[in-house]
Amino acid sequence: MRAHKITVYLVLVLGALATVYPFVWMVGTAFKTLPEASTDSLRLFPETWQWGNLAATFRAAPFGRYFLNSLLVSVIVCLSVCLTSLMAGYAFARLRFPGRGLLFMITLCSMMVPFEAVFVPNFVLITRLGWYNTYFALIVPWCANAFSIFLMRQAFLGIPEDYYDAARVDGCGHLRFLFRIGIPLVKPMLVTVALFAFLGSYNALLWPLIVTADEKMRVVQVGLTSFYSDAGTRLNLLMCASTVVILPTVILYFLAQRHYVESALGSGIKG
Amino acid sequence: MPSRANAVVRLISGVFRLPDTLLGALDDLLDALRRRGWGDAPAALLLLCPGLLILTAFILVPMGSTFYMSLFGGRHGMGSFVGAGNYLDALGSHDFRQSLLVTVYYVLGVIPASMILSFLVAFGLYRIRVFRGLLRSFYFLPYVTSAVAAAMVWRSLFNPQSGVVNVLLGYLGAEPQQWLLEPRGVLYLLSDGMVPAAWGPSLALTCIILFDVWHGCGFMIVVFLAGLSAIPRELEEAARIDGAEGWRMLRHVTLPLLSPTIFFLLVVGVIKAFQAFNSFYALTQGGSMADRQNLILYIYAQFYQYGYWGYAAAVAVLLMLAIVALTLVQWRVLERRVHYL
Repeated sequence: MRAHKITVYLVLVLGALATVYPFVWMVGTAFKTLPEASTDSLRLFPETWQWGNLAATFRAAPFGRYFLNSLLVSVIVCLSVCLTSLMAGYAFARLRFPGRGLLFMITLCSMMVPFEAVFVPNFVLITRLGWYNTYFALIVPWCANAFSIFLMRQAFLGIPEDYYDAARVDGCGHLRFLFRIGIPLVKPMLVTVALFAFLGSYNALLWPLIVTADEKMRVVQVGLTSFYSDAGTRLNLLMCASTVVILPTVILYFLAQRHYVESALGSGIKG
Repeated sequence: MPSRANAVVRLISGVFRLPDTLLGALDDLLDALRRRGWGDAPAALLLLCPGLLILTAFILVPMGSTFYMSLFGGRHGMGSFVGAGNYLDALGSHDFRQSLLVTVYYVLGVIPASMILSFLVAFGLYRIRVFRGLLRSFYFLPYVTSAVAAAMVWRSLFNPQSGVVNVLLGYLGAEPQQWLLEPRGVLYLLSDGMVPAAWGPSLALTCIILFDVWHGCGFMIVVFLAGLSAIPRELEEAARIDGAEGWRMLRHVTLPLLSPTIFFLLVVGVIKAFQAFNSFYALTQGGSMADRQNLILYIYAQFYQYGYWGYAAAVAVLLMLAIVALTLVQWRVLERRVHYL
């Protein structure tokens, strides 16, 4: 039994190390000198850490601008997804109105259709609206998604009926209930929705590739792919750029992790 | 317990802190309408509008218009009506069939590999206490990172000249490989040329599959772990008293109880595998090498590089049909074998 447990630990730890190895290698290589990076790839960490690589990366391509674009788009998308799915989720969970079942079915069906399969007419629509190469094109189509609506509906269904009744007795209408009392009650699920909305928007590639043309409108993911073709041989700077691109999502993940895992495990009730 | 996540929530609710008077006024209005016999309908309309409008405009209507556009020829716009012409062209095109084959290889590779691997990891994590959270966040890490940035790292690791993988192979005395640049079949290379080079997935495609297994496992592990934790302990205890151990316990108790989780991951995983784009694009630098071009990349190339809008739409419709059909088949065939508690 004891030896068995040690084997489990050993395998799990080895697997975890293999999983994070590419990231450790990335950070190490990012701060090597170029000859060090290209000849001695097995060495995990640099002889001396070349912190100047960071500034050199930002000089080599307008990553500052890319970041500004990405953060602007992702933050607005994230907040909008939270708002739309809170509202729609609440309506589906708590309101009685004709056509509710049908509308909810339609919402569920649209989960099956990947955005990638309908981008052609969306591109036409965006151009007709005059939004090609603007922030609107990057933001508006992503401001709601069926899965988040579904998740928020589940969260509101999980709140005991008594809360609603008590609020009703106190003369609290639907909107005030939703925005004052509801948000703290569905907090864990809201964090999950927010995290996924941010990640999805920040890591998106296909749509930004299609609807932006200017270098000024590039988001980091598009910027990084073009940086590879420009600076493919400068391995250290390439890894530095990758590190910088990955950093915000990793930070966000560790900040929201407790909540995220809690709601994934379905134990968000204690709040 | 106050935490940093609370700060995030405060920020979000702060942004939404609409003036009380506005909410109150709207509520009063809705209340007045309710008293006139409108029920909750006005409130529902108000709350559903933003979300459903966006879904309608960018998903539901485009489903129809993709089909409509697929009936027209022409480049960089809609030319003359060609009816089923685009579909016939696609089915007759070698490149289309090749990209379909690549997609099938990819799905058949990624789904079983990542499901089995993440189940094993989750099963291991489930049995330990100390460091479970830490190890879990290690495994989850690739999932939150950008596929593009991670792909850059993999391309460097698998670089034929200086990459870590070939250097290690060199120490072991093995032949260096071309990895992501290798169009020949992985079976051909493994069998020393006994199998024709064109059979099966290329080594490059196999590397893409490996990448996505690594990148996507974290999500499946967390979901499997949630599923395992939801199994009532008494059931396993009872089975143990009845003499179930090891493999028999897994086969007859744990896996059947986990079947809703497996089913969910399978359905979601297949849909996601059909949409894979970022890893293909970033690992091949948008390359259109036939052995590693999946359907989405093919649609993208036809649309973006060649400007065949109608044709790209037709292939997209075929893709949508394939996804819907597969989802329904899985539902039909597998749902009966899912045991809900």
